[in-house]
Amino acid sequence: MLAKTIAELQSEGRSPEILFWVGCAGSFDARAQKVTRALCEILNHAGVDFAILGNEERCTGDPARRAGNEFLFQMTAAMNIETLHMYGVKKIVTACPHCFNVLKNEYPALGGNYDVVHHTQLLNELISSGKLKLKEGGDFKGKRITYHDSCYLGRANDVYEAPRALLEALDVDLVEMKRSRKNGLCCGAGGAQMWKEDEPGDKRINVERVEEALETNPTALAANCPFCLTMLQDGLKAKEKNEQIPVYDLSEMVLTKLG
Amino acid sequence: MQSLLFILVLGITGWFAWKGYGRVWRNIRLGKPEKIDDRSGERWKNVVLIALGQQKMFKNWLPAVLHLFIYAAFVITQVELLEIFADGFTGSHRMFAPALGGFYTFVISFIEILSVLAFVATIIFLARRNLLRVPRFWKPEMKGWPFRDANLILLGEIILIVGIFSMNGADKVLQTRSLEHYHPTGAFAVSSWLGPALFGDLGNGALIALERFGWWLHALTVFGFLCYLPYSKHLHIILAFPNTWYARLTPKGQMDNMPEIQKEVRIMMGLDQPDGNAPAELPEFGANDVFSLSRQNILQAYSCTECGRCTAACPANMTGKKLSPRKVMMDVRDRAEEIGEAISKGQGTQGNYDDGKSLFDRITPEEIHACTTCNACVEACPVLINPLDIILKMRRHEILTQSAGPGDWLPMFNAIENNGAAWAMSEEREGWRK
Repeated sequence: MLAKTIAELQSEGRSPEILFWVGCAGSFDARAQKVTRALCEILNHAGVDFAILGNEERCTGDPARRAGNEFLFQMTAAMNIETLHMYGVKKIVTACPHCFNVLKNEYPALGGNYDVVHHTQLLNELISSGKLKLKEGGDFKGKRITYHDSCYLGRANDVYEAPRALLEALDVDLVEMKRSRKNGLCCGAGGAQMWKEDEPGDKRINVERVEEALETNPTALAANCPFCLTMLQDGLKAKEKNEQIPVYDLSEMVLTKLG
Repeated sequence: MQSLLFILVLGITGWFAWKGYGRVWRNIRLGKPEKIDDRSGERWKNVVLIALGQQKMFKNWLPAVLHLFIYAAFVITQVELLEIFADGFTGSHRMFAPALGGFYTFVISFIEILSVLAFVATIIFLARRNLLRVPRFWKPEMKGWPFRDANLILLGEIILIVGIFSMNGADKVLQTRSLEHYHPTGAFAVSSWLGPALFGDLGNGALIALERFGWWLHALTVFGFLCYLPYSKHLHIILAFPNTWYARLTPKGQMDNMPEIQKEVRIMMGLDQPDGNAPAELPEFGANDVFSLSRQNILQAYSCTECGRCTAACPANMTGKKLSPRKVMMDVRDRAEEIGEAISKGQGTQGNYDDGKSLFDRITPEEIHACTTCNACVEACPVLINPLDIILKMRRHEILTQSAGPGDWLPMFNAIENNGAAWAMSEEREGWRK
């Protein structure tokens, strides 16, 4: 089994060192599920003592809060914090920067205090501490790849280097887009846009972003967020480039280089 | 005679300034007070680096350097203003020159060099705005007054510089004519050659008149500027300082908690016991007007100089949506102006004001719905204004108080409430394990 739930571990008399917060996209979206599985495989390979909440996990409330629905956010957040408290969770890793932001920055005001890391940070830690060994070569060695900063990992939380360090460990030929790091351009999904039609305009934001990515003439795009993955893929589709240019989450790329 | 006139002009300036700045002070205080006094070390650091040092301007070096010239020239010129006050009150001429000697020559030369740089920068800025038409200066919200305001300020800068060089240039020529009143001051960097070159052929009478003209032009431009500021986007030269001090220090992604709703929800879920302090009627949540914004939000609106870096970086705006973060700030300021004006005319009070309008008459739902909360506008602002905070407060009002908002969001709300997931799914959350 890829991952045990924290309840399953408890019935064996064990409690995990770290909780993997899967998130709604990672749990239900077919594309993001692949990222979830990839991360589990890597964590297992590195011998990380982790578990998931499974069916006891709920939406963190990010889209509800950003849409303005504070009641709903407070409700779902309070339930999550009760669950996390019950299992005595101290450290959390998540592959979703939106979950990351809410768990790290917004749950403390509600009484939920955890050491929260994004999966790109944890993978980086595992590599530099030698717990995760990468083999020579790999699928992406020397490949021309551009990296898309997600807003909620980047500007929202100033994490720019961990994902890039992973790309360096993967030996890729990283080509930056004109708008990157602090000046990175949104994929268009944040602020609960994922759940609604665009307001009237003359272009979709993901198309604007993908056009910029294509200017770097990449063989693939790298991302760190399930929503960015979807938006970038849709953008490539609109440009009829989705057959030639895949979009990967960084964990999927690391998976191909496990020693 | 001149001293009397000077004191009169100064009095009039003081009265207009008192009225103008008092208005801004009153309008900022229409918002809700918010206690911000933590982490003062970091706050002072922001003031020094970002307001004084203009650190964030240097993301784009060309306008940053030009802006620095104008800013430095303007600030240093105020040193000269001290002497203008001294001479204005006493009727003396260049009172500080004899005592300071060579240092005086150095300071005035420094001002002159900066003034030349500022002059060049002003011309380039006028060209960028009016000839090169940098797109962010030509967005819909810049039509009319904002456009004229920007050009007026640049024109004022040119008038100020003309004043300085008329004054110093004529003086330098007069100094060579052995007149008692115009004692030698040493060679000024620019006017020592510019003065003789331009005015060398003029007679003494004309030169004395020109010197006085320059002096008064300099003084009146500065005084006029002082009175004009509180009605102009240019107020940022003052408010950038408090604005950077009050700017939030938490991660950009962090939204403010709403403890009143947290409390309500915890009681409802049986996690806390009611404390008997429940409000009799449901309070208003979020913001639909300046009264429900914070004073900091309104201070930010008055600190905005409409440069449009936020709007240029906004993904919604660049893809043709109606949202413009700069317009959000301008709308908040204009609404505060409107309400402040009405209240000063006796049409309502701060606690009891209703003109049948709200911020939503200026900032439409379509605009706030287009926001992706990406924080690009917040990152782009050179003086740490946060348009996103206002957008999110308005979204909260729309959903929590008006029970409105995009219909598309209802399935998401229902799914979170009933299924604990952002989508209504039939399979199990941990189903991916199998």
